[in-house]
Amino acid sequence: MDGRKISAIFKKQLKDTMKNKTVLIQFIMFPLLVVIMDHSIKMEHMEEHFFVPLFATMYMGMAPLTSMASILAEEKEKNTLRVLFLSNVKPMEYLIGIGSYILLACMLGTGVFAVTGEYKGRELLEFLFIMLAGILISTLIGAAIGAWSKNEMSATSISVPVMMIFSFLPMIAMFNNTVKNISRLLWSGQINRFLNQLGTAGMDMETVCVLLANGAIVLFLFGMAYKKSGLA
Amino acid sequence: MNNGIHMKNIVKEFGGHRILNGIEIKIEKGEIFGLLGPSGAGKTTLIKILTGQLTQTEGEAELLGTDTRRLTDREYSRIGMMLDNTGLYERLNCYDNLLLFARIYGLSGDKPQEALKMVGLWEAKGQTVQKLSKGMKQRLVLARAMINGPDILFLDEPTSGLDPANARGIHRLIQKQREKGTTVFLTTHNMEEAEKLCDNIALLCEGSIVEYGNPGEICRRYNHQNKICLSLKNGKQILLENDSNGAWQVYNCLKEGLVEAIHSTEPNLETVFMELTGRSFE
Repeated sequence: MDGRKISAIFKKQLKDTMKNKTVLIQFIMFPLLVVIMDHSIKMEHMEEHFFVPLFATMYMGMAPLTSMASILAEEKEKNTLRVLFLSNVKPMEYLIGIGSYILLACMLGTGVFAVTGEYKGRELLEFLFIMLAGILISTLIGAAIGAWSKNEMSATSISVPVMMIFSFLPMIAMFNNTVKNISRLLWSGQINRFLNQLGTAGMDMETVCVLLANGAIVLFLFGMAYKKSGLA
Repeated sequence: MNNGIHMKNIVKEFGGHRILNGIEIKIEKGEIFGLLGPSGAGKTTLIKILTGQLTQTEGEAELLGTDTRRLTDREYSRIGMMLDNTGLYERLNCYDNLLLFARIYGLSGDKPQEALKMVGLWEAKGQTVQKLSKGMKQRLVLARAMINGPDILFLDEPTSGLDPANARGIHRLIQKQREKGTTVFLTTHNMEEAEKLCDNIALLCEGSIVEYGNPGEICRRYNHQNKICLSLKNGKQILLENDSNGAWQVYNCLKEGLVEAIHSTEPNLETVFMELTGRSFE
């Protein structure tokens, strides 16, 4: 593993995203939306910062997943990935370069949620930790979709429904018990549950087990996709 | 250390269908080698085998003294590639496209500038790739392929779809690489390009090499007529024997100021290909 190459990929992606509105909007949309909603919508009996855990879950389930899948699929479609690999870049160096860029961009967005939610001390640490875990799983799902897809269009057709399930199921779970039970089996559902009780109780075994199980399944799916195509 | 390319009895099959059939080629350091053949002849497959993107079904291929099935970072850092598809980052500008590869290879920061100047794109350094013309993109890809100062340069159809002026520009850059001692492996279906640039060529048809050698020598080998053709100022053409009698007639025509041009009856590579395979190049 060569840090120089990882850094080169990271810097390339930073420049490229600035000109790629489709990916850029993924990183900005929910943090911006939460600031607007949190400041403009105040209703009776509504919890303070009601939108923060809700939008944080959506952000975590959506931004890393779609951006990773879209970046990877575009690079495959336009042959830039093949050129990188033929220039001595290892698939893992590429994935770490792009993945760390997405992680950083999403953690910046997470910072906006943390400030809006006015989290402090233990709450803040728990929030950042659980968001980091969720972003990692979401990025890995995106990588699996990107590796599986031949081009950007097929990546979008897979990532949109997957992203909808992970992002919206925890929200729908607020209104429907059956969906709530299903949502508890998903990492995004558990993270949303955890975000809603930040600071009051630590992470219970159920959350830990679901996150680990989901992480393992995602890792396995990524391994399968990687084995099938080898990325390029 | 061997700096060339050696192939011995390369066979490649896809799903029982033979794409390459016993290819044997030896390319020495500093040589420009042209692989010529119509679309579907197996040119790109051979490049992919040589660059480790595909594995041959049978035979041995060596690049820089290493089996192409076992190429390492060391070999990859010594080759440059201009593939059939450009593979440029469309949203990045010319400079940033090259800067990425300079960083990957661990080169100094002035390498992108050097490379852009070499291909005449320095003025367009800040232009995004999506705004470049096809010729400019080709030059940028060539700059990317040469940025690490490769020992071997693979060029897959480097002038395909370019106008003559842009193609000439690419030819000049390839010739400059030869002057630096770089081995160039190019595929083309442009016969004139091959005759002009290559030290040696191989004519590839349906996965087999049908002729191999220096382009001039190949053409002379197939000069069955072996005659001298005089184009006269009155529009007529006369064919003369390539002997002392013919030479005397040429002398007389020249003396009388009748001659517009003198040609040999050597066929071009396309005619040779047609004679050997019974099919045209397109």
